[in-house]
Amino acid sequence: MIWVDTIIQGILLGGLYALFAAGLSLVFGIMRLVNLAHGDLIVMGAYLILLLVTLLGLPPFLAAAVAMPVMFCLGWALQKFLLNRTLGDDILPPLLVTFGLSIALQNALLETFSADSQRLPTSALTTASVQAGPISLGVMPLLTFASAVLVIIALNQLFYRTELGRAFRATSDDATTASLMGIKPANIFATATGIALVIVTIAALYLGLRANFDPNIGPARLIYAFEAVIIGGLGSLWGTLLGGIIIGVAQTIGAAVNPEWQILAGHIAFLLVLLVRPRGLFPRAND
Amino acid sequence: MALLQTRELIAHYGDFQALFGVDIELAEAETIAIIGANGAGKTTLMRSIAGVLKNAAEAVQFDGIPIGAEPSDEIMAQGVAMVPEGRKLFPSLSVEENLLIGTYGRKIAGHWTLDTVYDLFPILRERRNSPGTALSGGQQQMVAIGRALMSNPRVLLCDEISLGLAPVVIKDIYKAVPAIKAAGASLIVVEQDIAQAMAVADRVYCMMEGRVTLSGTPDSLSRDAIHDAYFGAGH
Amino acid sequence: MAYSVTTQTPASRIASIAGLILIIALVALPFFAGRGPIQDMFFILTMLVLAQFWNLLAGYGGLVSIGQQAFVGMGAYALFGVVILLGLDPVPSILLAGVAALIIAVPTAFFAFRLNGAYFAIGTWVIAEVVRLLVAQWKTLGGGTGTSLPRSATKDMWFVEIIEETLGVRSAAARDILAYWLALVLALATIGGIYWLLRTRRGLALAAVRDNMEAAKSVGVDAARMKWMVFLTSAFGTGIAGGLIYMQKARISPDAAFSVTDWTAYVIFIVVIGGIGTIEGPIVGVLVFFALQSLLADFGSWYLMTLGVLAIAIMLIAPRGLWGLFSERTGIQLFPIRRTLRGGKLSETKE
Repeated sequence: MIWVDTIIQGILLGGLYALFAAGLSLVFGIMRLVNLAHGDLIVMGAYLILLLVTLLGLPPFLAAAVAMPVMFCLGWALQKFLLNRTLGDDILPPLLVTFGLSIALQNALLETFSADSQRLPTSALTTASVQAGPISLGVMPLLTFASAVLVIIALNQLFYRTELGRAFRATSDDATTASLMGIKPANIFATATGIALVIVTIAALYLGLRANFDPNIGPARLIYAFEAVIIGGLGSLWGTLLGGIIIGVAQTIGAAVNPEWQILAGHIAFLLVLLVRPRGLFPRAND
Repeated sequence: MALLQTRELIAHYGDFQALFGVDIELAEAETIAIIGANGAGKTTLMRSIAGVLKNAAEAVQFDGIPIGAEPSDEIMAQGVAMVPEGRKLFPSLSVEENLLIGTYGRKIAGHWTLDTVYDLFPILRERRNSPGTALSGGQQQMVAIGRALMSNPRVLLCDEISLGLAPVVIKDIYKAVPAIKAAGASLIVVEQDIAQAMAVADRVYCMMEGRVTLSGTPDSLSRDAIHDAYFGAGH
Repeated sequence: MAYSVTTQTPASRIASIAGLILIIALVALPFFAGRGPIQDMFFILTMLVLAQFWNLLAGYGGLVSIGQQAFVGMGAYALFGVVILLGLDPVPSILLAGVAALIIAVPTAFFAFRLNGAYFAIGTWVIAEVVRLLVAQWKTLGGGTGTSLPRSATKDMWFVEIIEETLGVRSAAARDILAYWLALVLALATIGGIYWLLRTRRGLALAAVRDNMEAAKSVGVDAARMKWMVFLTSAFGTGIAGGLIYMQKARISPDAAFSVTDWTAYVIFIVVIGGIGTIEGPIVGVLVFFALQSLLADFGSWYLMTLGVLAIAIMLIAPRGLWGLFSERTGIQLFPIRRTLRGGKLSETKE
């Protein structure tokens, strides 16, 4: 029974990783850009929510809702004024610029908020749990997982049911021809990164509610997100959820065997998938 | 006054100069054809007009307004739509989505809607949910034309729409031209097939090595004159 | 008129004379400099070695790795392992550090080469994390908290006694001088070796692969083999540098030895600021880096923030770095690789 419990906890943890990963997956799917500052942006989102909670006395969920438009604008501007200038055939500029951004952001957070670890204020909801037969499930992990599923459903609707989604896919296929349709690729990319940062804000909310955070934990979140995206197959959103679940389950099983093996087990699961399915579980056909 | 004209249009690809001062004119409700051998600069001319290649502002004028320096999305919004060479359908989009994306930058009421495009090319209605790239070459060309029509353009640029298609398919596609003209668009058609160009156009421009070497109405141009303009007088 | 194909430029001839004088001065440095400057120079030289190897990977091989700390850490731990467990002398163990890095580079490449471009970068990072977490499980070497080199091993290290006697310094200073000389040898061998490699047929093939993989394949360059060669060479050199750095520190922990900031972020900034894809770039970069560090070290995180922003600015404004700017303006190349045709006629015309 303990194993069933471990696996269920792992699946729910996978929801958090899928939230980390969904923004990365979205941005990569549209402009083939890997943002190495993604993890640090999640941490920044958590600090922004914390700031709204402490300064305005908002409850965390409301604070996250306020933070979302701010983060959208930030992502839009980041893409429009910085990252768009790095796009092209050469892979070095986007990698090195986002890496520089990651280091700069980490240290800016360190300078502003110190290295002390922080946490969003907990309420009864954070610690509550529901009983499902013999297994006790935390409300917070359940809520995280449900949010991940909702985010992915919403993104899929956006992609396949809206005009903006068509423009995303068209620009991803061929930006020059897309501009003949009246699409401005630079703005499409900026909007995509804006949306990615809205998802980052949701991820940041659960990150801050579930555990402590400090300015240095960004890179590890980037790595989990990256692993989930690769396992799922580049650009496949449901694949990303499954990838998150695989990392989550591997980590909880690893931790059940030996607490020191939690992170290692996740990485090894990733390497095993890479060994068997180098293009992930659901590779996109036209890549 | 011409609806669209180029004046001393010059274009470069890096160090390579592709156009050396091209002047063409398109009147309202007119169809002109641009003919010429491979490398004559026809596609470069189309790309310059559509804004894919940047020019001096005055080099391209649409409705009396200089548009040469504007990006392609702005030019499309003003009513110049292009059917690009090689069709360039979006592989991630279905046939219907490919058509719908044609209205992204310009949504005005006009003759062309999803329904009227389907009436023009009925086969597309059947295949509306297929991925655009799953269609035959001729059907893909129909999608590309339909996609450009969806924005109800005032000028339609057709770049080599018969390229790589069987003669019977080409005939099918050109059958749509009268309907397109009737709906109010002026056309610039780039063609390698001289006979086809002569049949469809009110006036013809012949290009060679980045310059216009001959122009006139189809019946005013002799075969020999076209031959010389096409290949150079030395041949 | 006869013609010749040469890679020499006037600047490179002057540079080789100046370089020779510089090398003699650097070798003689411990005879007149104190311990502080020697330690600074050790830091500069070892960072230069790491930067040259990262530049070989990313600037010439097109392989952007964020996992170089795997090889630094593995080399360092291998050195500590053979010294502590087998009782070997630290100096020859430095070579074993390179071998250890080479050994883990093989599975690393096997996994990471399955990923393209940006994903290769994060893939190498994941593998470095795996190595760090595994090494932290190695209880005999102190697990997560790390360990020190035993005094007996550092005291009797090769050459230390001779240096003590000849220079009349204490044992600790003698060890620093030894480490400095080894770093100097390593840096010169690295620069010389990379310069030699780039001038061989292989080096040309490498440039071809970087510029256009498909075209390179079509003229018979085996791109996959070139990638392996560059990756393994760079891992070996990085491992040796790691072993040497930690021989000098004499104290190790997994978090320090596998630090992505110290061994990869700094190195990337050095190369980007100096100029990626040139041998001169990392040299300029490491000097700028050291100057910035001396100026801003007291400001802690401001220092890293400045480096990050500077790297972004350089990548956007001058993607070839400071050396690239200088070289473009002046045409000066100290390590010319491009072959130039001298004399002869441009075309066969009738005389």
